[in-house]
Amino acid sequence: MSIHRPREVSLFDASILKPAALAAFRKLDPRDLVRNPVMFTTGAVAALSTVLFVHDLSAGGGHVAVAGQIAAWLWFTVLFANFAEAVAEGRGKAQADSLRRTKTETLAKKVAALDATGHQPVPATSLRAGDLVACEPGDIIPGDGDVVAGIATVDESAITGESAPVIRESGGDRSAVTGGTRVASDRIVVRITANPGESFIDRMIALVEGAKRQKTPNEIALTILLVGLTLIFLIVVASLPAFAAYSGTVIPMVFLVALLVTLIPTTIGGLLSAIGIAGMDRLVRFNVIAKSGRAVEAAGDIDVLLLDKTGTITLGARQAAEFIPLPHVGDRELAEAAFLSSLADETPEGKSIVTLARARFDFADPAAGSAITFIPFSAHTRMSGVDVDGADGITEIRKGAADAIIRYVADRAGRTPGGHPKELVASVERVAKAGGTPLVVARDGRALGVVHLKDIIKPGIRERFATLRAMGIRTVMITGDNPLTAAAIAAEAGVDDYLAEATPEAKLELIRKEQKGGRLVAMCGDGSNDAPALAQADVGVAMNTGTQAAREAGNMVDLESDPTKLIEIVMIGKQLLMSRGALTTFSIANDVAKYFAIIPALFLASYPPLQALNVMRLASPQSAILSAIIFNALIIIALIPLALKGVTYKPASAEVLLRRNILVYGFGGIVVPFIGIKAIDLVVTALGLV
Amino acid sequence: MTAAGILQILLFCAAVTAGAIPLGAYMARVYSGERTWLSPLLRPVERAIYKICFIRPETEQHWTAYAFALLAFNLVGLLVLYAVMRVQAFLPFDPAGQSAVAPDLAWNTAVSFATNTNWQNYAGESTLSYLTQMVGMTVHNFTSAATGMAVLVALIRGFTRRQARTVGNFYVDAVRSIIHILLPASALMALFLVWQGVPQNLDAYTAATTLEGATQVIAQGPVASQEAIKMLGTNGGGFFNANSAHPFENPTAFSNFVEMAAILLIPAGLVFSFGRMVADTRQGRALFLAMGILLVAGIAVCYQAEAVGNPALSRLGLDVTAGDNAPGGNMEGKEVRFGIANSALWATATTAASNGSVNSMLDSYTPIGGMVPMVNMMLGEVVFGGTGSGLHGMIVFVILAVFIAGLMVGRTPEYLGKKIEAREVKLAVLCILIFPLAILSLGGLSMVLPAGLAGMSAPGPHGLSEVLYAFTSAAANNGSAFAGLSGNTPYYNSTLGVAMLIGRFLVIVPTLAIAGSLAAKKIVPPSAGTFPTHGGLFVGLLIAVILVVGGLTFFPVLALGPIVEHLLLAAGTLF
Amino acid sequence: MIKQLLPSLALTIVLTLLLGLAYPFAVTGAAQALFPRQAHGSLIEKDGRVIGSELIAQGFAKPEYFHPRPSATTAPDPADPAKTIPTPYNAANSGGSNAAPTSKAYVESVRTLVEQVEAENPESARNGPVPVDMVTASGSGLDPDISPEAAEFQVPRVAKARGVSEEALRALVTDRTRPRTFGILGEATVNVLALNLALDARFPVRR
Repeated sequence: MSIHRPREVSLFDASILKPAALAAFRKLDPRDLVRNPVMFTTGAVAALSTVLFVHDLSAGGGHVAVAGQIAAWLWFTVLFANFAEAVAEGRGKAQADSLRRTKTETLAKKVAALDATGHQPVPATSLRAGDLVACEPGDIIPGDGDVVAGIATVDESAITGESAPVIRESGGDRSAVTGGTRVASDRIVVRITANPGESFIDRMIALVEGAKRQKTPNEIALTILLVGLTLIFLIVVASLPAFAAYSGTVIPMVFLVALLVTLIPTTIGGLLSAIGIAGMDRLVRFNVIAKSGRAVEAAGDIDVLLLDKTGTITLGARQAAEFIPLPHVGDRELAEAAFLSSLADETPEGKSIVTLARARFDFADPAAGSAITFIPFSAHTRMSGVDVDGADGITEIRKGAADAIIRYVADRAGRTPGGHPKELVASVERVAKAGGTPLVVARDGRALGVVHLKDIIKPGIRERFATLRAMGIRTVMITGDNPLTAAAIAAEAGVDDYLAEATPEAKLELIRKEQKGGRLVAMCGDGSNDAPALAQADVGVAMNTGTQAAREAGNMVDLESDPTKLIEIVMIGKQLLMSRGALTTFSIANDVAKYFAIIPALFLASYPPLQALNVMRLASPQSAILSAIIFNALIIIALIPLALKGVTYKPASAEVLLRRNILVYGFGGIVVPFIGIKAIDLVVTALGLV
Repeated sequence: MTAAGILQILLFCAAVTAGAIPLGAYMARVYSGERTWLSPLLRPVERAIYKICFIRPETEQHWTAYAFALLAFNLVGLLVLYAVMRVQAFLPFDPAGQSAVAPDLAWNTAVSFATNTNWQNYAGESTLSYLTQMVGMTVHNFTSAATGMAVLVALIRGFTRRQARTVGNFYVDAVRSIIHILLPASALMALFLVWQGVPQNLDAYTAATTLEGATQVIAQGPVASQEAIKMLGTNGGGFFNANSAHPFENPTAFSNFVEMAAILLIPAGLVFSFGRMVADTRQGRALFLAMGILLVAGIAVCYQAEAVGNPALSRLGLDVTAGDNAPGGNMEGKEVRFGIANSALWATATTAASNGSVNSMLDSYTPIGGMVPMVNMMLGEVVFGGTGSGLHGMIVFVILAVFIAGLMVGRTPEYLGKKIEAREVKLAVLCILIFPLAILSLGGLSMVLPAGLAGMSAPGPHGLSEVLYAFTSAAANNGSAFAGLSGNTPYYNSTLGVAMLIGRFLVIVPTLAIAGSLAAKKIVPPSAGTFPTHGGLFVGLLIAVILVVGGLTFFPVLALGPIVEHLLLAAGTLF
Repeated sequence: MIKQLLPSLALTIVLTLLLGLAYPFAVTGAAQALFPRQAHGSLIEKDGRVIGSELIAQGFAKPEYFHPRPSATTAPDPADPAKTIPTPYNAANSGGSNAAPTSKAYVESVRTLVEQVEAENPESARNGPVPVDMVTASGSGLDPDISPEAAEFQVPRVAKARGVSEEALRALVTDRTRPRTFGILGEATVNVLALNLALDARFPVRR
């Protein structure tokens, strides 16, 4: 099967940049700007300086040329920030469009009742939760829902990119269908579960498109901090003329305005929403749909990851690894019995027994025509096997769980179970302790020995858990196995803890216990009985192949149904926060250099010795101020790729991450503008702009 | 700088650290309600106070009730103090016959002492009666210090409690601070000071006939009992106008050393108490280290600037070299028995903590030497700071540092297991915003109003420094001054009063709100994904955040004040 | 509301009594019992009359006495109580000059002081610069001490005025010089009043 991922949109794709450039101007609408207080302030100040410039033009003020350039660059600052947001939205839209293609307008076959024969064609958009629709081969399923009658194969490639049709049936854990997928065969009746515009694809589109984007909790907290800094600098700049007047300086209004804009955190303010949108966008590219930005942020905070053993930590199937005969039973004898009993067994375990037996003893297929009757596994006997009709009568070969075989042996001997051989118990325990599943083989009422079925740990999973540990995340393996087996597998896979003999209730209980201890828990699940746990977990990733109940309960849906993807989700969440933190630090650190550019420039006329503070040796007060404001605008553009890609994240302990980011964005933030402003000053002076 | 000077500074740092650790342990026990070796003596007093005052010590308060009790108690105290000053002429213990304090000065002074600022627009020996000094100033020295300590204890409870509704009982926290900590320490220190020569009497002012035959009236009074709590409670309001430069407040080098240590002892001790109370002494140590580094840096700059002295005086051909027989340096406004090192050390310590007492006149410091105290206060009075208020102010900075650092490691920020979210950030930003608002708006106003300009004693950048210093000191609740400013005018009495009130209570209330908000949260156990807040990396980040916030806010005005004054002085320009 | 205010009112009263009266009175009692001299201001009596406090500087202008540091204390102007006039060594209103380091007037006043000191001590002035503490006002205006260097600067003048040898005088000054406390704290000092009293006792002025 092939997994296709939405097309990776290059950072500077013309199809995105052009509309984004236009959108940057559209976003100058104050009603849009006000959502971003820092940029709103910048916009207001830009407008003010434009008015001043026009006034100066007519009145002939002293700094007309510089004032005009400053006003222009202030507008550029706002436009660049808008552009950053528009680019992020554009990339999000490209993703959303690929999602939206699944929502093409279709006619739905609405039915009145489950057993109704006729149907009434209605537009898909008119369907409400609770409506029943019939879907026949070739029909597009008109909305998210649950199969309530019938069984069908459904082509979900439109959403998942997976070409093989999947089975969807009423009841059970495979009942959920997604709007936009196509029925390949058979007829099903679907109960719609989402109102138009509320399906999770709709929600995801809203998240990446930005317009209706809800701010996430940390984004709100950060915005408050940025507003606070803006207010502080507003106070600083507003009070400065009074102190300057005492010192015998009149600061031109336009210079004050320039000072304000360079000080307030425009860099992070301008890129904040782009970072947020880009974070969602990265998630979509991993084929994960988040229902809220809050969930993505919470993913970065996860302390405990609950992972199902089967399919996540181990390959779905177990493999035979060893034959352990009882004393007085030959290796070959046991192997042959196991081989015969598994010949007709289509399960992966059965096949692996055949493979192992052949490899060891080179058995040939039994001659055609020999009378072998396959006894399939039944829930009642919990055994499978064969009856071989040979020369000396019918030979019964059975294999199954230890307790089932022991009961079978006792039954055949006509006694109560209990007196089973010590050696058998020892072998069974040895296998269990090693993390395997013991399968006991018996022939004609006599136990021959044990087949060691081994869980196969997925390659590379141990390293991934080590990575998670380094990130401070504890992994807990959830398994139905007994504690002995679970402990062995847990040790082999390198998880930190395990929950054995897990029931849905035990799982829920574990989540509650962890949360009570203040930890954030993530898990993934698919079945309906996972729904309570998915809802309880802080990050619940539902598999797209699961039930609608599970998909509704979780706050993310993985379209590829890959449980290991939780790890990527956590990393995306962390990267989102880190990008914000890094750019905030960078933005604030920048102010140091800007002060050294602007403060001497403002007061040099009154106090010539302040030239000592002009450490960059900028050519003139005007060029200093202009260079600072140009740097302030250009840095936004320069950082757009970083905002969209996110800062590099290599899993490591918090201390290592902090040291690295402080070094790069803190110290970098102090040094870069000194170089940048000086360079711009050289250019500005060379071009004679002042 | 001399070797002897540096040695004294090192000795001082060692003494404060050595004293603060056991004191911190003792205070942690007091606030946790555990038995101490003084309990048998002091518990009965504590219980008696609860009984008489209708206080039910077992009743806990929601942060709003806690804040209400705090504000009510402080308001009552403020009104009583104002009343006492207004009617002191009719009350006993007034041998010098002081008249009623003028209304505007009484308002300023009452606010000043209620807010733990102890800014003095009056000269104690020529304005206040002994009774006012005792039942007014001395009492407020205790209660305002205890108020700050109570707020801190409530904030610490915010970190230690999980999903709790209450943050403690204000009255209990305040009474315990006074009875178990401040009062015993003050009594002990007062006797030490008398031994060293600080007067403690109710005598009339002494009229002496000097050797040359002149008459000298020597002010007296119950000085030692007030001096002790003035130092220990980070109050700083002197009995005399010259404060701890006055030989009666600070007679010897030994008394000076002990008084300086007393400035920092409780604020530093509380940092260790904090570590103990949150059950992680490393956290206390980290904050102590951050504060200590800022303090030592300040001392170094100030000492260096003062030791070099005033270049304008050097040009007159004076001998400013320091040696074993001469203090050298900039001795204007300094006392010989302290010399340069102890003066610079005191100036730095008193403004690092929100003490505000002085043993030398800061207005006459060199521009850079005088900028150090100013910057200490501008950083938010968190380098040890006031009793309680310093550390709770520091924790606000910690919240911001943790927030930024938390984002940088990709996790919702948390400190001591409490998640720092929008509400905490909002309240922390509020605390920090108050500061520039009070200083820069009122300071700026004074730069343009004739009433503001009239107060300056010096022209040029130094005049700006005087006014800037005044509002910084008031808003930071420090109380030290560039005392050339004529502050005893209706304009400055009222505006400085406003700055003090804003700087105190508009910070306390959001801080208590943070305490309430944190107390209601769960405690997240630390993991490798939580960055450690006890390591050097965090200490560095915290210092950077403090310097950047303070520096970015005040750099422009500092450039127009001390910085340009320094450059001009070096270039030989006088005003 | 009243009920909530009650503890605040009661606590204010109780604490005022405890901290405002009981505490200072108790300290006063203990201090006067243990350290009576210091508790009353370290006063010095001569012939049954208080001549000052050991800790408080008093003015000395005559050449036969060692001079203290300049004092910038003031007192209310008798003509206009709203104003103050310079009144050096006013022990009822302590304070420093609070002069700004960049003040022209201040630097001029120091220049005048330097000239005055040099005129008073011509011999020392020829040998070296004036020690800084002799021309800078102390913080309290009541600094009882001068540096040993400042004392040394005045030795020739006092010796001449009293008609004693500089060596003898120097020995007395050295004897009266208090080194750093415990050898480390503070600065070496010479208490001017104590030195002058010793001077009067050892080398009385011949009239």
